[in-house]
Amino acid sequence: MSEAVIQPMEGSRWNRGRVGMACLIFGESMFFSIFVVAYLFYVGKSDHGPQPAQVLEFPYLATACLLSSSITAGYAVRSLGRFEYLRSILSLALTILLGASFIAFTGIEWYGLIYEHGLTLGTNLFGTTFYSLVGFHAAHVIIGLLMLSLIWVLLLLKHVKAEHAERFELVTWYWHFVDAVWIVVFTVVYIIGV
Amino acid sequence: MAASEGLSALNVDETQSRSWLDHMHDWVTTVDHKKLGILYIGSGLLFFVLGGLEASLMRAQLAVPANDLIDPKEFNRLFTMHGTTMVFLVGMPIVTGFGNYLIPLLIGARDMAFPRLNAWGFWMFFFGGLVLYLSYFASMGLYGAGTAPDVGWFAYSPLTGRAFSRGNATDYWILGILLSGFGSMSGAINMVTTSITMRCPGMTMRRLPLFVWMMLVVSFLMLLALPVLTAAQVMLLFDRFLGAHFFDTQAGGDAVLWQHFFWFFGHPEVYILIIPGFAYASEIIPVFSRKVIFGYVTMVAASISIGLVALGVWAHHMFTVGMGRGLNIWFALITMVVGIPTGIKIFNWIATMYGGKIRFKVPMLFSIAFIGQFLIAGLTGIMLSGAPFDWQLSDSYFVVAHFHYVLIGGLLFTVFGACYFWFPKMFGWMMSEVIGRWHFVLFFIGFHLTFTTMHIQGLLGMPRRIYTYEPDRGWAIWNAITSAGVALQGLGILCFFLAIFMAFKQKKPAGPDPWDAWTLEWTTSSPPPEYNFLTLPVVRSRRPLWDEKHPEDPDWKHE
Ligand code: HEM
Ligand SMILES: [Cu+2]
Repeated sequence: MSEAVIQPMEGSRWNRGRVGMACLIFGESMFFSIFVVAYLFYVGKSDHGPQPAQVLEFPYLATACLLSSSITAGYAVRSLGRFEYLRSILSLALTILLGASFIAFTGIEWYGLIYEHGLTLGTNLFGTTFYSLVGFHAAHVIIGLLMLSLIWVLLLLKHVKAEHAERFELVTWYWHFVDAVWIVVFTVVYIIGV
Repeated sequence: MAASEGLSALNVDETQSRSWLDHMHDWVTTVDHKKLGILYIGSGLLFFVLGGLEASLMRAQLAVPANDLIDPKEFNRLFTMHGTTMVFLVGMPIVTGFGNYLIPLLIGARDMAFPRLNAWGFWMFFFGGLVLYLSYFASMGLYGAGTAPDVGWFAYSPLTGRAFSRGNATDYWILGILLSGFGSMSGAINMVTTSITMRCPGMTMRRLPLFVWMMLVVSFLMLLALPVLTAAQVMLLFDRFLGAHFFDTQAGGDAVLWQHFFWFFGHPEVYILIIPGFAYASEIIPVFSRKVIFGYVTMVAASISIGLVALGVWAHHMFTVGMGRGLNIWFALITMVVGIPTGIKIFNWIATMYGGKIRFKVPMLFSIAFIGQFLIAGLTGIMLSGAPFDWQLSDSYFVVAHFHYVLIGGLLFTVFGACYFWFPKMFGWMMSEVIGRWHFVLFFIGFHLTFTTMHIQGLLGMPRRIYTYEPDRGWAIWNAITSAGVALQGLGILCFFLAIFMAFKQKKPAGPDPWDAWTLEWTTSSPPPEYNFLTLPVVRSRRPLWDEKHPEDPDWKHE
């Protein structure tokens, strides 16, 4: 046979990390699809308790935070690849801040729903499907935030360098995915569902 | 050269100075795809013995009418554990195991793409299986004695609600399967990534062995279907523990929604279990027919289209629910369409054998039996896809016969074939042809006694999952034959384990290429070194080893 070649596809567009992350995202989107289907299936079928139109308000601020955080995340990756560490650190910090405010807004919304409207997971079908869909999304945002914060700390400590931009990019893929799920979620929950 | 001597000297040193504990430590901490593959297959076989014992107990109970060997409650637990075990803890790990072991070797790579994820996946699967079996000891918790889940392998609502499934047996079912599902997910991610990014130079997608192509389709189905089951199980957990109402009919929830979710997972799942059978047969049949596979491209196309069509047929499991005319017609038609690519494959295997110099070695015997049995299974499947026919026979022994024909006659037969075929590669020793033939004959006869007769019981109206029946139904003689077949199958399995045992005892060396085969795994030693290939191979055709053996007439001149 012939001389050894290192992993042939490594470094090409579809390297290990990208394919692996794409697979994970594909699987995760199937997971979310089922919760979306359940939500749509049960829209308007709650026979008692609060209804979506009575208690939900479109989360403008939260949505703006989360969607713009995707842009800052992308910017952070690009800056890192260009050795612009300070910019990368700042825009990643902004990303984390925006993501955290999204979670804060969700927290405020849930507080209102639970304490003012008495809506919980067990109240009716709306509560069941709402909290599980939005909750699973929020859980994914939190996981993303943890990963991004870890990278941020490592960036500060100078353990993450320009040559790691590619790996950092994979984490932001996950973040963009969580963002895209939110687009589906708010369309389903706050537009179609009310 | 010097490097290779250095490496082998190192290996010798290592094997000599190692204690039993070191070996154990090695297996537990390994991230090597070959060891993990063997672990997957080995633990699959372990669970296979458990599932087989459960089946034998059920058949002992059903051998004669009005029997009271096993009480009804225990019977419910037995068929639940049997089905769950065979699908999730036997089929899945064996399929993933062969994929793990063979994909890197077949594409000329040194390991899977994510070795540590691979190890994590195996242990998730394994402990998931243990969690399921822990239910026997722990699931009644504080209430007292333990029991196993008894809700059937598809765990229909509302039976799984708190009101009807008290204690924690159902929760063990949920959590055990959920955990093992994480394992299979990571296995699928690994298989896709490996086959796409780790191919050796020259291994283009058009030269990819059919095994790898088919495992790609399987992995795609796993990525697509397993999260669906996970999501549905999470909903069930919410219902059971947090008072949610997903499947709670009293609060407006819909029990049929569970069925849709389950079968949207469940039908792709059955293809996850049979396509690997196609994969093994597609590697074994050409080698023992001494011909290239007939219609490589159509094989790939058929696999992909089976994978796609399999997504749209799930509700053929639900004809009796009353879905309405439109849905019934859709699901009946689209189910029948699956028969087309499946038929193409059967045609291709037969055409591969046609005119070949067939060598009837044990792997080939199992593969030939597979073709015929799978054909019959497909035909009963098409029969069941006619909704009115299904209304008569759903939930009868006819359905049990159908899917055992696929899962045993299709998957298990090819798994045995694959074991005899690749065992020499995995361990370096040949398995005995004589014992192998006994295994084949006993298992073949036993299988047909058990499952061919089951069709008749089904047509005579015997429902599945009953724990006993009256003597005057006319079912007794058929049930007696069915149960007798189990004994023969058991003997066959004993021969299988005996053949493995004897292989290790007799130590008949296999050499790198015992079957005169053509794919890359046979270019390296048996068992392969940890790094698989000293130098990464370079491939110019679909049969690299043929090219090497026949420089005067290599394949790449013709492809
Ligand atoms: C030509 C292909 C096939 C067709 C048309 C087909 C059709 C069907 C239909 C209509 C049913 C529902 C029967 C009922 O419950 O009333 C069924 C059940 C089943 N099939 Fe198939 N099938 C095919 C291939 C397979 C394959 C390849 C497998 C597995 C490897 C499989 C495994 C099963 C299982 C496990 C069940 C029963 C599940 C249960 O109720 O517990 N089938 N099949
Ligand atoms: Cu099906």
